[in-house]
Amino acid sequence: MAPILEIDDLSVAYRSAGGDVHAVEHVNLTLNAGEVVGLCGESGSGKSTLAYGATRLLRPPALITGGSVRYRGRRITQGGDPADVLTMSNRELARIRWREVAIVFQSAMNALNPVLRVQDQILDAITAHLKMPKHEAREKAATLLDLVGIPRDRLRAYPHELSGGMRQRVMIAMALAADPEVVIMDEPTTALDVVVQRDILAQIVELKETLGFAVLFITHDLSLLLELADRIAVMYAGRLLETGTASAIMREPAHPYTRGLLNSFPSLHGPRRELVGIPGTPPDLRDTLPGCPFIPRCSFTVPACSEVDMSLARPTGTGTNGEGSDRPGLITTDSHLTACPIVTPEEASKEGVLS
Amino acid sequence: MKSLANIWRNLPLKAKVGVGLLGFFILAAIIGPMVQPYDPSAQTPLTMAAPSAQHWFGTTQEGQDILSQVLTGIRLTLELALAVGVIVTVVSVLVGVTSAFLGGIWDDVLSLITNVFLVLPPLPLLIVLLGYLSQQGQTPTIIVLSLLGWPWGARVIRAQTLAIRGRDFIDASRETGEKNWRIIIFDLIPNEISLIAASFVNTVLYAIGASVALAFVGLTNVNSWSLGTILFWAQTDSALQSAAWWWFVPAGLAVALIGTSLVLLNSGLDELGSPRLRATRGTAKVAGHRIWPTDPTPVLAVLQADRGRFGSFLYSFSRRSMLEGNAAGGDL
Repeated sequence: MAPILEIDDLSVAYRSAGGDVHAVEHVNLTLNAGEVVGLCGESGSGKSTLAYGATRLLRPPALITGGSVRYRGRRITQGGDPADVLTMSNRELARIRWREVAIVFQSAMNALNPVLRVQDQILDAITAHLKMPKHEAREKAATLLDLVGIPRDRLRAYPHELSGGMRQRVMIAMALAADPEVVIMDEPTTALDVVVQRDILAQIVELKETLGFAVLFITHDLSLLLELADRIAVMYAGRLLETGTASAIMREPAHPYTRGLLNSFPSLHGPRRELVGIPGTPPDLRDTLPGCPFIPRCSFTVPACSEVDMSLARPTGTGTNGEGSDRPGLITTDSHLTACPIVTPEEASKEGVLS
Repeated sequence: MKSLANIWRNLPLKAKVGVGLLGFFILAAIIGPMVQPYDPSAQTPLTMAAPSAQHWFGTTQEGQDILSQVLTGIRLTLELALAVGVIVTVVSVLVGVTSAFLGGIWDDVLSLITNVFLVLPPLPLLIVLLGYLSQQGQTPTIIVLSLLGWPWGARVIRAQTLAIRGRDFIDASRETGEKNWRIIIFDLIPNEISLIAASFVNTVLYAIGASVALAFVGLTNVNSWSLGTILFWAQTDSALQSAAWWWFVPAGLAVALIGTSLVLLNSGLDELGSPRLRATRGTAKVAGHRIWPTDPTPVLAVLQADRGRFGSFLYSFSRRSMLEGNAAGGDL
């Protein structure tokens, strides 16, 4: 698959009187065309900062201190060089936003303007980026509502006349208004109950299949990603700890933190087991110590942990495509990377995770 | 003390200039009567003298020292203006907050009173009232200006209180069993502090303007020395016709500068009440570039590479830019 958004060694800091807060540190993440990448981590781990920083939507105290972000959408690059998002001017960014990279914001409640009809807000998004006559634009708005499963007559409704789930669908419809190549979804279902959540996720997958956009899905709910995402990136304290396909993450999590996350929710199938949380809280992001940021909460800590350089590498103890592993059929491709060179998946399974 | 220093550092330059100017005049008002070289009312044979070493600002037609008059005048005028400012602010906060927060009959009655005072025509009333009361020092002026000044502030603060009263954090405080007065003082007022401060500064400005104007037309005790009465006497004794500029320029300038300082100060008060504004301003300058809240997220490397328009102009004269420019063009 062709990469469409390449985040390379990106660092974002918030300037504050008490020193820089390193919210995102040296993160590499690639989004391929037509792929769902799930970005997961607890509150304050920097997942939203990463997504908004890469699209340059963060407000002043935020500062991108290093790295590069390249966008390879067909319409912008025409097969040539990728566009460098970090050197773009305001005007160039305006061309990319929504037309190429659209965002479904976290709270539909606040992202919709309460005094404008749904129709006008969708029309705004369409007319700002596509040149089309008014009646066509209106028709497109109606089609968009069809797509997300809202009756057309709701076009003339105000946001307060819609339920939470419908508002979230309207947000998704708006994000799709200009036919983007990448859709960033920032916890789009967090405020909804699980039934509506499931509905909307199914819809997102279906839309993705038909329209072929790539999704960067931000959430703190790893269980949800296991079902939805093609690939999952686990973030902690501003760093990526592990990336891999959903099944690789689920079946053989390499980083102790990922394992902790997987242990903290119940499985629908299989025997009952004790749920184990991860003790402690994330570290202060102002003083970055060398080595792994997870040390204080990790039960596998050895002295060498404080010298880990946190670059992603293949998990140790497994060979290419399962060679050298004593369990055949393991998904240990190059796409499964972890920042923890100390603990091997074998140790994890010995511990009885996900048995 | 540290937070005070922080506030000062984060104030915009305009407001700093305003604070400095106002501080100067307040200092003059406090120590003025102690350092004034002469009694401002004492008459001397040296009449209509231009500024000199003995009389820095010259003398009047009666030979009174103008520097001493201005120093006393600054004190009286500032006293009056600050008194009016405090009274008006207190009354308008009391009325505005009470009527909006308590609602019901309180709101009806207080709004009615506010509206009645709003429609009183201020200028004729000022002239009529002060025409009767003018010979008794500054108190009548203070009372009349306060009486006519409070309804505007009360209405604005009532509106703001209504808006804030509906917010969740007020409901939350009420749910936790806070008393009304505590909610008002600790939850509500801090949200309005910038509004209240701005209204105070504006009132002081209005009081200075009005009192000087009233004194200028003689509607005050003309035997006391305020900035207005200095101008009144300069006008009465036709200073302009006799080209005695030193008589009215210092007092006029003092009024203008105090007014300017208050306007400048007002622009900095917004940030005083809003920690969010403060936070963004404090960090809005990165690598020598000013970043606006509407800009896309700044990129450190790009900012450092960009010298800015002025910087690249200067750089174009440097030795290195010549070497750089000729790198591809061979030897000179």
